[in-house]
Amino acid sequence: MILAWFILILMFGGLLSWLAARWNVLLARWIALGSVLINFFLALGIWWRYSLPDGGVLSGGTLTVPSSAAGSAVSAPGSPATWIADLSLEWIPSFGIQFHLALDGLSLLMLLLTFFLGTLGVLCSWKEITERPGFFHFNLLWVLAGITGVFLTMDLFLFYFFWEVMLIPMYFLIGIWGHANRIYAAYKFFIFTQASGLLMLLAILGLYFIQGNNTGNYSFDYFDLLGTEIPADAARWLMPGFLIAFIVKLPAFPFHNWLPDAHGEAPTAGSLVLAGLLLKTGAYGLLRFVVPLFPEQAQAFAPWGMLLGVVGILYGGKLAFAQTDLKRLIAYTSVSHMGFVMLGVFAFTTMAYQGVLMQMITHGISTGALFLLAGMLYERLHTRDLRQMGGFWKSNPTMGGIMLVFVMASLGLPGLGNFIAEFLTLNGSWPANRLMTILAAGGLVIATIYSLRIMQKIFFGPPWQDRPLAALKPREYLILIPLVAAIIFLGLFPQAALKTTGTVIDGITETTVISLETTLTREGGNQ
Amino acid sequence: MWWLIPIIPYLGGLILILGGKRLTKPMTGVIGCGSVGLSALLTIIAGIGFLSGDGEALSVELWKWFNIDGWSPGVTLYLDALSLVFIFVITFVGFLIHVYSIGYMARDKDFNRFFTCLNLFVGSMLMLVLADNLLLMYLGWEGVGLCSYLLIGFWYKDPVNGMAAQKAFIVTRVGDTALAIGLFMLFEAFGTLQLQEILAGAEGSLPAAANTTVIALLLLGGAIGKSAQLPLHTWLPDAMAGPTPVSALIHAATMVTAGVYLVARTHVLFALSPVAMTVVAIIGTITLLIAGFSALCQRDLKRVLAYSTISQIGYMFLALGLGAWGAAIFHFFTHAFFKALLFLGAGAVIEALHHEQDMFKMGGLKKELPVVYWTFLIGSASLAALPLVTAGFYSKDQIVWLALAGERGNGWLYLAALTGAFLTALYTFRMVFITFWGKPHTSVSSRPGKAMVIPLVILAFFSIVTGFLELPHNLGHITLFSGFLSPVLPAVHDMELPAALEWISQGIAAVLTIGGIWLAHLFFIRKPQLLPGLDRATTGLQAFFYRGWDLDRLYNILFVRPFKWLARVNQADVTDRFYTGLAWLNVWLHRQVIKTQSGILRWYLAGAAIGALIILTISVLL
Repeated sequence: MILAWFILILMFGGLLSWLAARWNVLLARWIALGSVLINFFLALGIWWRYSLPDGGVLSGGTLTVPSSAAGSAVSAPGSPATWIADLSLEWIPSFGIQFHLALDGLSLLMLLLTFFLGTLGVLCSWKEITERPGFFHFNLLWVLAGITGVFLTMDLFLFYFFWEVMLIPMYFLIGIWGHANRIYAAYKFFIFTQASGLLMLLAILGLYFIQGNNTGNYSFDYFDLLGTEIPADAARWLMPGFLIAFIVKLPAFPFHNWLPDAHGEAPTAGSLVLAGLLLKTGAYGLLRFVVPLFPEQAQAFAPWGMLLGVVGILYGGKLAFAQTDLKRLIAYTSVSHMGFVMLGVFAFTTMAYQGVLMQMITHGISTGALFLLAGMLYERLHTRDLRQMGGFWKSNPTMGGIMLVFVMASLGLPGLGNFIAEFLTLNGSWPANRLMTILAAGGLVIATIYSLRIMQKIFFGPPWQDRPLAALKPREYLILIPLVAAIIFLGLFPQAALKTTGTVIDGITETTVISLETTLTREGGNQ
Repeated sequence: MWWLIPIIPYLGGLILILGGKRLTKPMTGVIGCGSVGLSALLTIIAGIGFLSGDGEALSVELWKWFNIDGWSPGVTLYLDALSLVFIFVITFVGFLIHVYSIGYMARDKDFNRFFTCLNLFVGSMLMLVLADNLLLMYLGWEGVGLCSYLLIGFWYKDPVNGMAAQKAFIVTRVGDTALAIGLFMLFEAFGTLQLQEILAGAEGSLPAAANTTVIALLLLGGAIGKSAQLPLHTWLPDAMAGPTPVSALIHAATMVTAGVYLVARTHVLFALSPVAMTVVAIIGTITLLIAGFSALCQRDLKRVLAYSTISQIGYMFLALGLGAWGAAIFHFFTHAFFKALLFLGAGAVIEALHHEQDMFKMGGLKKELPVVYWTFLIGSASLAALPLVTAGFYSKDQIVWLALAGERGNGWLYLAALTGAFLTALYTFRMVFITFWGKPHTSVSSRPGKAMVIPLVILAFFSIVTGFLELPHNLGHITLFSGFLSPVLPAVHDMELPAALEWISQGIAAVLTIGGIWLAHLFFIRKPQLLPGLDRATTGLQAFFYRGWDLDRLYNILFVRPFKWLARVNQADVTDRFYTGLAWLNVWLHRQVIKTQSGILRWYLAGAAIGALIILTISVLL
């Protein structure tokens, strides 16, 4: 039941915060903060218990999960024993729709990230959002609820539902509390996501009917659909439906165009949630749905997928370098970094998948931190224009130092989490496709170029108009210090995260390998 | 205890970060120097233990970094003779430079930041050479790159310094990317990045997937980036924008020799590929020559030293390419002392002359700064390889000799090495004469204090005596240094040339060195009218050398400008046109459809009729 609570707490918290804001704005903020924090500590508790039996080795051997974890039944029928918690309630039985949530290592880590960044999102809006704060927090918490739902759902109908729940409050967040060009950005974001989401809905329905026809048991359940024998010509049409929805969200080249506008125009908390979490739902979808449901088609698409990844890395990096608006610059670095996710997902190796997972988490932290810093700079300077900054190290070396940490994270400095992610992704992609890996490695150089430019333009160089940068406030320390700690911790002790997802990764790679082997034997038999 | 050696400087840096402005300058100095001093002490203790023991390599795992699919690189330190030589230089020379910096940076407002970066640098550099696997080494490798970036751009208000810092980071990152790809290939071939396993594997039956030539060349790519060798050396002269102690520590003694360390550490892989060995030797040779010519034409005291560093590392690469691993490390060892000494001496001069760096505005400092002069002279003599009495002579002579007598040596390499030796003597003493002799052009404003002078004297002492650790066959035949390294680095095979030839070779080298000094004296002191304008004008070939063979210009045209142009013209992302076009098309279609709703009944009827006709036609045809 705890899985449903994760979502319900956020939804009720959002409503309550909206109501409370009529009487007391501060109370509304505290309610929002409290509900996300409760979730964060709940998730932390589960993670703590899950990590206790020191699994150590990732590959081979399944982790024994304490069955008392989360107080729910473990292991749904047909699922491997890697599930930590499972909740299945009837919803619309006549159509085979269930309220089915399940938690494994992958979703657990994503939930931790969601609630961590969610907490910071509430904190960073404390002073920034003064207009309609109640409705703001309602939207923020409902986006988080949608994201939580996406990471937990094991029913495809419900998945689509949560996919939309993410979208609409986000549209409001950008459209109401954004910067000057917010309406355009909000529409663009909405249309891109909605159009691609519709393709996914069609693909879900297609899958549903094929599976139902095959077995007579019409069901939207992930585990029922997982083993569906899809005729090749149908799969050729269904796979792109999922694929496009997820790579628009990721985003991969050439579907990245909504991102710089949405990220650039959104309020700080919006950019944080977009970059830190929303993009990750795309990566999550690729790993959870595209690869396991359509292993053969994914394999066939792999060279193109890797190519899109590489183009994203290089082209996104180049665009990042060209920007003069700090938030747009950071937005384009996301395009570049998500290219590594594309590359890794279509490499189909355990190591690349581990790299992708690390990338999802570390990019969420490091880019989220950069957006938070951009927000703090904006509060002080009322501009995002890099040409109107410079030499701030003198007046605020602390902020400069923290910025330096995340700029270094973004260029992949070893010792910080992003290095582990990129190294594992590239090292895992090397056996799959050497040329693409070499080209992607070129992204390391471009990342250096645009990352150093951030430091040079903001904190080094001649002081801009001798305007001092006000010192950090305690609340801002409270936001930044955990981020710095997390990114260094993940760089030095990545095993804590890698261990959690290990069995899940093995599950994904095994399904791919098994299905490919069966394909090969089938083809071999035909000859 | 020895595993604390890299940890202590990191801790020192951490304390300095957390302490920040609350720490007074003396406290900062004590923490900064103390941490490195402590490491130096531990290194000496470890060294004594190592020498008195059986020379067995030591290894300590601090923690497992991660574990994926059976691959579990550890944060593991590995101490053998090779890393011991390096950590000795890093901690010992590093400590002296830290002490010197207390004097040099005394009046700087960012005293704390300086020592923070310096401490973090020493920690990363120690991590680099102590790492037992290539991934951890990569951590140190990039860590020193970061500290180098921060220290080159230390005086950040001047954008020129910022540009130099970024250039250093980006150019070395190009090499690092090659190195990273090399690591992927090594991992594919050996299933591990643990150095000893790879080396053992490479010595035994090599995995089929291993293409040692490509792997070695990729590792070399990383090495030439860090060690400022052709064609990635262009960042080093600009890196002189940093404070002079930084140039001494990072850009002379330690970081720039990381490439030498990498090649020596993975020498087994290089030895398997004759092609790679030849490439190493050729890169070293060409680099030492072109950098020598460039050094000859500089006006800025520090840039002379920078080009000279590139050139001397060229010698080390030549030695590596000859398979003379020990000779390369020996030259690194002596070079660290005399080049650090020269930089620190240059720093003392620059400090005394209100941060004047142009040699032609100096002159006559012999009497004004006697200690600096004499120590600088000793360092210069060592750099120029003054025969018999200097360390530089013994280490460089070994390389020059092996360029002829080593099994991979040949006449061309030998000739180039000799030419380089002549150039070295010439540009070194040009620098000495212009700076310290002749008429004074700028008055001395301050004299270096004890904190600066004592390190100079100690380094001068070492610039002489370290040479006697290793003497050639015909001159005493002492092999303390190569004997110490022999468990790690195999000795070079030479072709058993007659001893007379070795005497002759040494004689030629000596004549060239002394001839170079004499020529420098002739042109710059005794008869400057012989070649008028040599001190002032920079035209023609001289200007070409001065600009570093115009490589910067070339790279600007080939890479920097196209990239910036592309960034400028496509700032708004051309792919966005497609989507805005789509949106525009929709609006346009929308407008067209609006027009049909005109309210005129005739149009509606005609439309309905035409529609019916079309449907009928289709159904008839089908």
